[in-house]
Amino acid sequence: MISRREFLQASVAASALYGASGVGNWSRLAAQQVLTQDQLLQFDAFGNVTLIHITDIHAQLKPIWFREPEINIGVGDVKGIPPHVTGADFIKQFNLTPGSPEAYALTYEDFTALGKTYGKMGGMDRVATVVKAIRAERPEAIILDGGDTWHGSMTSLLTKGQDVVNVMNKLGVEAMTSHWEWTLGTERVKEIVDALPFPFLGQNIFDAEWDEPAFEPYTWFERGGTKVAVIGQAFPYMPIANPGWMFPEYSFGIRDERMQEMVDEVRAAGAGLVVVLSHNGFDVDRKMASRVTGIDVILTGHTHDAIPEPVLVGETILIASGSHGKYVSRVDLDVRDGKMMGFRHKLIPIFADVITPDAEMATLIDAERAPFKDQLEEVIGTTDSLLYRRGNFNGTWDDLICDAMLSERDAEIVMSPGVRWGASVMPGENITREDIHNATSMTYPACYRTEMTGEFLNVILEDVADNLFNVDPYYQQGGDMVRVGGMGYTIDVNAAMGSRISNMTLLKSGEAIDPARTYTVAGWASVNEGTEGPPIWDVVEAHIRKIGTVKLEPNTSVNVIGA
Amino acid sequence: MILSRREALVLALGSVAAAAIPMAALASVDDAVAAFTGGAAVTDGAGVTLTAPEIAENGNTVPVSVDAPGASAILILAAGNPTPAVATFNFGELAGAHMASTRIRLSKTQDVVAIAKLADGTFVRTSSEVKVTIGGCGG
Repeated sequence: MISRREFLQASVAASALYGASGVGNWSRLAAQQVLTQDQLLQFDAFGNVTLIHITDIHAQLKPIWFREPEINIGVGDVKGIPPHVTGADFIKQFNLTPGSPEAYALTYEDFTALGKTYGKMGGMDRVATVVKAIRAERPEAIILDGGDTWHGSMTSLLTKGQDVVNVMNKLGVEAMTSHWEWTLGTERVKEIVDALPFPFLGQNIFDAEWDEPAFEPYTWFERGGTKVAVIGQAFPYMPIANPGWMFPEYSFGIRDERMQEMVDEVRAAGAGLVVVLSHNGFDVDRKMASRVTGIDVILTGHTHDAIPEPVLVGETILIASGSHGKYVSRVDLDVRDGKMMGFRHKLIPIFADVITPDAEMATLIDAERAPFKDQLEEVIGTTDSLLYRRGNFNGTWDDLICDAMLSERDAEIVMSPGVRWGASVMPGENITREDIHNATSMTYPACYRTEMTGEFLNVILEDVADNLFNVDPYYQQGGDMVRVGGMGYTIDVNAAMGSRISNMTLLKSGEAIDPARTYTVAGWASVNEGTEGPPIWDVVEAHIRKIGTVKLEPNTSVNVIGA
Repeated sequence: MILSRREALVLALGSVAAAAIPMAALASVDDAVAAFTGGAAVTDGAGVTLTAPEIAENGNTVPVSVDAPGASAILILAAGNPTPAVATFNFGELAGAHMASTRIRLSKTQDVVAIAKLADGTFVRTSSEVKVTIGGCGG
């Protein structure tokens, strides 16, 4: 019996993941026969400045399974271009080999089968190994965290983000921006930020009362004989997508006029390289890059896209580094005479069974988890089905959560938020309490039960659909479609706001939804203050305990037109 | 994701109003513009800048600002409100800056319009769509 590492090293089918210089085919150079840590890290150093980007880890400190989306529809100008490319199309567009490690890491195709071969991904102890290796070669490499860091796991919830803060401080992060961090509430955010050894950036975070900048917009690094400015851009739609009452002191927004002012300001102050550390979401960043001049690099975040090559907009390069600790991006830049002359990039996949854990970081992570170990690891049930979330419409995790609400909350129709975070669970595995939290953890978990008219249900679906499928990225909030249980519908993604949704049907009776009738509805993650109900993880746990083994049928309740 | 009943009613009324009011609202937008310009021609584009959020964080208090160098007056309209007129700012000859900021209430997703009377007496117009949304599902 050989270990997975030995197997991978021996596998003749496995090709290595290689960064091409500049923009080219990701696997063009990948004629390797084995998969080793050295090859995952292999990089011909270039230029005089190195950036290390990690984003949207959602507090995942340990390796996880994470299935990439099957459905990620782009509308308008971005239809069919990255990141709106999935599966076989993605494999073709980036010239990957089906069944290869990179195909497993970057697409949903054959996820369960390939997972058995290639194993889990991520783990901040593995990320620490990668960061240390890059820093051994480039001691001045700048480590930047794109946010959605302090939220997403049971331990981060129980420690109010402290476990992740400790890990990221040890990793050596030098600047970050934010999104779900704010759901810890203003007071806790300030408490953490006051103790951070690096700046918490956001040129677009303003005092809500006086409409004045509230956080540092940018920070400086002197590297390789040049001045590097890093400008932060927090998630623009904080008080709309998440509960504004938790951080009423602040206003956000895209504010690209101010972004231009900041770029001009740092250029005037001698910046040779201007980097934006962004939580805008990829399409918003792509539009911003076309409107704001003078940005060299945008390190994108929020929409959880992993793109193996930089996307160029004018003279700006956009780097998309995935989520949940699955990848780290390394960007080497040649900056001379106040100008970016060239770059080399690699999206480094964190294969947990190939990259050796950093011992110090592994010890710290285990120490952070130790007080909660028994709670985390308690087995609640098992699953015969792959549980995953990512995709524009229902994933199996959402189907399970919706089933739990339908049964435990005695509702006719249920709604579950279209967030993009949540690790997967493989068929045949136990479901632990930690697994449930990985898909539900948050500071506003109440599972409410209420009444809504058919007309209002339609208003909700139309509203959320426009947040996702508006042709202008500046009007998109970056989540996925609200997940619905007990009701089916048809959606035309290219239609106008107010006319995308049709054929709303109550599944148990097959009857059309009556706009005037009142339905019993359950849901969770309401942004309204004072929402009442049990935490969603208790609802899901009770349901799984009753059924014992989860087995989900394919969900055909949403009919998508125009994709 | 879920609104309070009050917000739900506001939205529900808003969607009914959307079907019923446009003609009346448009008429009163035209009236307000005509009253401001005295019937003079209005051109789109350079000369007036309107800054407003793409998506309102709170539809009840949306910050907007206008800037038109040299202008003697700037009119702001919320084209989709039952009463579109928001404000007219007049600037005297000694005004140091020809800009103003205020907060306005928007009943639903709509265009906010700014029209400036420039130093040469001509009128320029710009607009910006502000979305008023339920929100709550970002992630």
